[in-house]
Amino acid sequence: MTSEEIYTKLQPIIAAYLPEDVSAENIKKDADLTQELNINSAHLVDVVLDVEDAFDIELSNNDLESLRTVNDAIAIIANKVEN
Amino acid sequence: MYGNHQRDVNTEEIMKNRVVITGLGIVSPNGVGVKAFHSAIRSGKSGIRHFPELEELNFSCQIAAKPEVSEEQKRKYFTDLQLRNFNSSGILYGVMAGMEAQEDAGIETAGKNDEPLWDLGIIFGTGTSGTAKFREAIYLLDSGKVKRLGSTTVAQTMASGISAYLGGMIGAGNQVTTNSSACATGTEAILMGYDLIASGKARQMLCGSCSDDGPVVWGGFDAMKVLTWKHNQDPEHGSRPMSATASGFVPGSGAGALMLESLTSAQGRGAKIYAEVLGGHVNNGGQRQQGSMTAPNSSAVQRCIKTALEASGVDGYEIDYINGHLTATVKDPTEIRNWSDALGTKGVDFPYINSLKGMIGHGLAASGSMELVAAVLQLHHGFIFPNSNCEDLHPEISAIVDRNRIPIQTVSRPLNTIAKASFGFGDVNACVIFRQNSI
Repeated sequence: MTSEEIYTKLQPIIAAYLPEDVSAENIKKDADLTQELNINSAHLVDVVLDVEDAFDIELSNNDLESLRTVNDAIAIIANKVEN
Repeated sequence: MYGNHQRDVNTEEIMKNRVVITGLGIVSPNGVGVKAFHSAIRSGKSGIRHFPELEELNFSCQIAAKPEVSEEQKRKYFTDLQLRNFNSSGILYGVMAGMEAQEDAGIETAGKNDEPLWDLGIIFGTGTSGTAKFREAIYLLDSGKVKRLGSTTVAQTMASGISAYLGGMIGAGNQVTTNSSACATGTEAILMGYDLIASGKARQMLCGSCSDDGPVVWGGFDAMKVLTWKHNQDPEHGSRPMSATASGFVPGSGAGALMLESLTSAQGRGAKIYAEVLGGHVNNGGQRQQGSMTAPNSSAVQRCIKTALEASGVDGYEIDYINGHLTATVKDPTEIRNWSDALGTKGVDFPYINSLKGMIGHGLAASGSMELVAAVLQLHHGFIFPNSNCEDLHPEISAIVDRNRIPIQTVSRPLNTIAKASFGFGDVNACVIFRQNSI
């Protein structure tokens, strides 16, 4: 799976957790999930659950800790999918 | 004792702010929204149905009452994000009723980056509001999938979930809390809100209560054999308050909400005023004498009603209408006797009385607030809704109250001063007095 394919699949997952005043167009690869996209930090665990379901992978507590930007998410997923 | 002692010369009491109702909201099994509910209670519409699920689960009582909420009604108050993995019917009903009362009162919610509304608080009670969500969580936990509980299990299952959801939607900045006193919860909530406004601690209080539905909520009552098992084939005739053939209550669910406001504030912004809350009282029978976990102590019930009258500066004979607790159990005649003794009236002098439970069963923690909304609507519009399934009045009741005071057809009549009481498990009692033309 290319990182572009992961990015495409990831965008609607993240979009579901955006506050009403943030549009999905803002989901750039370098966007910070909580700081720039204003996703409630409590919802990051829900993003992770949806990612696990969509990509059929499992994320660890360490993965969650290193998750800040969309790029981080792509890297974590790419690593798991490869394995 | 909560009250304003309007006629009292005691200066300390006179300092109290007068409190009025400026908004109503309801999610009832026989009508979602005040407009639908108003027309439902006028026509005696039943909200009780047979639930095949209860039959499959071997419930003795297979009938119950549950609001029918459309997807569109839900989405009026909740975002897609809030509805993700949402499974707490009590919070759903409570939010809808609470937000309707807020809108009805014409109060704007705080903008996202504004200061909170410091003078607006919330007392929104519940018994349970998210047992379905809790059940989901238990299954996940037991299979080792704690992570799958996600981020909202806590908010959806905590006792104060309903007041927390409403607080965030409105931007309330005063006290935001959840009370819990079984079937007296809603009536207690309004008196707690009343007290905060009367004492000057808040200007507007959104008060109400909610209860979720489903087998987990109702099963314990079925096991206690306090629910009727005789009307599984004719659900609409199952809830029979004050009837000689009453055979137990029908479980329900829903939510009711009232916006309380200081008279000064309401008048200052030209708000519609439904009625004045004159005062009330909350007490407990201590589970002594006839009182127990499940049965009321009559001396406490009478004391509660009398003290509510005293706090409101009202004499028993002034009460025009009573919205009873009257659940359709063997305790209904006892409740009537307690009202009669406490008010000092009987026969044709006894006030009009009815029970909403004939139409929508017993909404448990939500019952008090749904019944309060019904009571205030009748006071404001001058009518008494019909008592459903009460053609065969219990002989112990007809010995105390004239039959015409327990109408089975809608009565149009101006009302001035009314009483509402709720009684609950734990021997809790709450009584509140309203007046229409005091303003």
